[in-house]
Amino acid sequence: MAVGLDLLVQFFPNFASIVLAATGLAIIFGIMGIINLAHGEFIMVGAFSTSLAYNGGIPFLPIDALPGLGRLIGAMLFAALVTALFGLLVERTIISGAIPNWIAERTVGHPVITPLYDRLLDSMVATWGLSLIMVQTFRNVFGNSLSGVPIPFGKLSYGNSSIGLYQVLLAGVAALVLVGLYLLFVRTDYGMRARATIQNESMAQSLGVNTERTYMATFALGSGLAGLTGALYAPLLSIEPGLGAAFLVDAFVAVVVGGSSVVVGTLLSGGLLGIVDTLFSNVYGTFAGRIALLIVAIVLIRFIPEGLSSLVERLRERRLEVD
Amino acid sequence: MLELDGVRAGYDSTPILRNVDLSVEEGEIVGVMGKNGVGKTTLVKTVMGLVEPDQGTVRFDGRDVTDTPPHERARSGMGYIPQGREIFPDLTVEQNLRMGESINEDSSDLLYEDVFDYFPILDERRDQNGGTMSGGQQQMLAIARALVANPDLLLLDEPSEGIQPSIVAQISEDMRAINEDLGTTILFVEQNLSVIRDMADRCYAMERGTIVDELGATDLEDEATIASYLAV
Repeated sequence: MAVGLDLLVQFFPNFASIVLAATGLAIIFGIMGIINLAHGEFIMVGAFSTSLAYNGGIPFLPIDALPGLGRLIGAMLFAALVTALFGLLVERTIISGAIPNWIAERTVGHPVITPLYDRLLDSMVATWGLSLIMVQTFRNVFGNSLSGVPIPFGKLSYGNSSIGLYQVLLAGVAALVLVGLYLLFVRTDYGMRARATIQNESMAQSLGVNTERTYMATFALGSGLAGLTGALYAPLLSIEPGLGAAFLVDAFVAVVVGGSSVVVGTLLSGGLLGIVDTLFSNVYGTFAGRIALLIVAIVLIRFIPEGLSSLVERLRERRLEVD
Repeated sequence: MLELDGVRAGYDSTPILRNVDLSVEEGEIVGVMGKNGVGKTTLVKTVMGLVEPDQGTVRFDGRDVTDTPPHERARSGMGYIPQGREIFPDLTVEQNLRMGESINEDSSDLLYEDVFDYFPILDERRDQNGGTMSGGQQQMLAIARALVANPDLLLLDEPSEGIQPSIVAQISEDMRAINEDLGTTILFVEQNLSVIRDMADRCYAMERGTIVDELGATDLEDEATIASYLAV
């Protein structure tokens, strides 16, 4: 009983970290066909911005007057925004090549970069290069670490054990993010256009959708979610330039296991991988947890290469046929 | 309303269209007929902006749109109904229609009532996913999607392709009604003799990527003349 409860409580932070790590990557992959290997570094930007803003490193930011928790939340929202804007810059320069091409057309007379949309391998190479540059640049500018951010809310006791309340609450935030994304994709015009663009890009253009604009918004959204993840984990981590690597592995595995449907796929893979991670980490140790995670991922890819969300789609189709 | 002048276009520098001259006046229904592979689809895509011409100009509503991207052409009033319909399969019928709302920014009218009058089945199936409908229903949805925001010009690429003969006749009739009721100008490409005869006010004939003849209303009454451009 006590072990069961322990595992249940431990599941929440594991679920949260997988889902939060994965959503930004999943959106950019699902809508633009780009695998952003700098995703971990975008998360790092979020953590660094949170630390800087919270510890008063950003002048004129109107959060210094707020009391502790308000200031932390303000710093986190600021960090998500900064990362979204940074993502927008990356999209305009490296991903779409729009800014380099604009300059090239006025100097050498023709565009020099073909957009990376739907070029999986090329996008991985380009963003991996970006991640190396980012890690080293941050190390040069900020040194090996920044001062930390306090963990809010204290401890939650149960039975003979306790866990940080904040870590449990992150599971709630992860669920809210998924619900928010679901509503965004199903209920808003942006979501409808984004889905139409995935399904048939040239038709979407022929109906008046500026798909370039859709891609910009999507990349900024995915980046902003990465920034939010970094911000939410800033209190739990030592703020150093290499912190993104661990997130990238989780995110990558979750997206591959989940499949192309952003919300359903991330929810299912976060749930399943969260359970696997919790069981093996708690019973056999963290290392065994990582190994188990990768083995499950490999087995799933072998048998369900389209990802867990494809199972849901197959079920839905079967139900329609019965109707 | 629409004018192509000396257009040469193709894919990866292999020209498919050669020196195409064509014009459509406001309120007309103009057909372009020809056998498979003469360049009909490339012609429609060039008008829509999905294929860039490497020579010549495309003018729409008095403006040179040769270098204008497709989404801006749509917003300035072109409604495109592609070959194979290209319905968004995972959006509902209603969402597919809403995707058409950005067409023709100059007109604020949304013609849902008219559209549902022509195609009542779409009203009944609003919440069904587009991909689960039959070919004929998808063709109606594709027409409705292009029509709902009141375009100045409708572009149809082989509306009869892959559709039951009874529905083909119905679609020709609907297009004539739309042209009369709403004043929408229509340019279509086709190789189905009865659609050409029933729909077109006049018709260009295309062979090997270029326009070789133009048929007026009286020529179009003679099926043998039409057939001579479609026979293998």
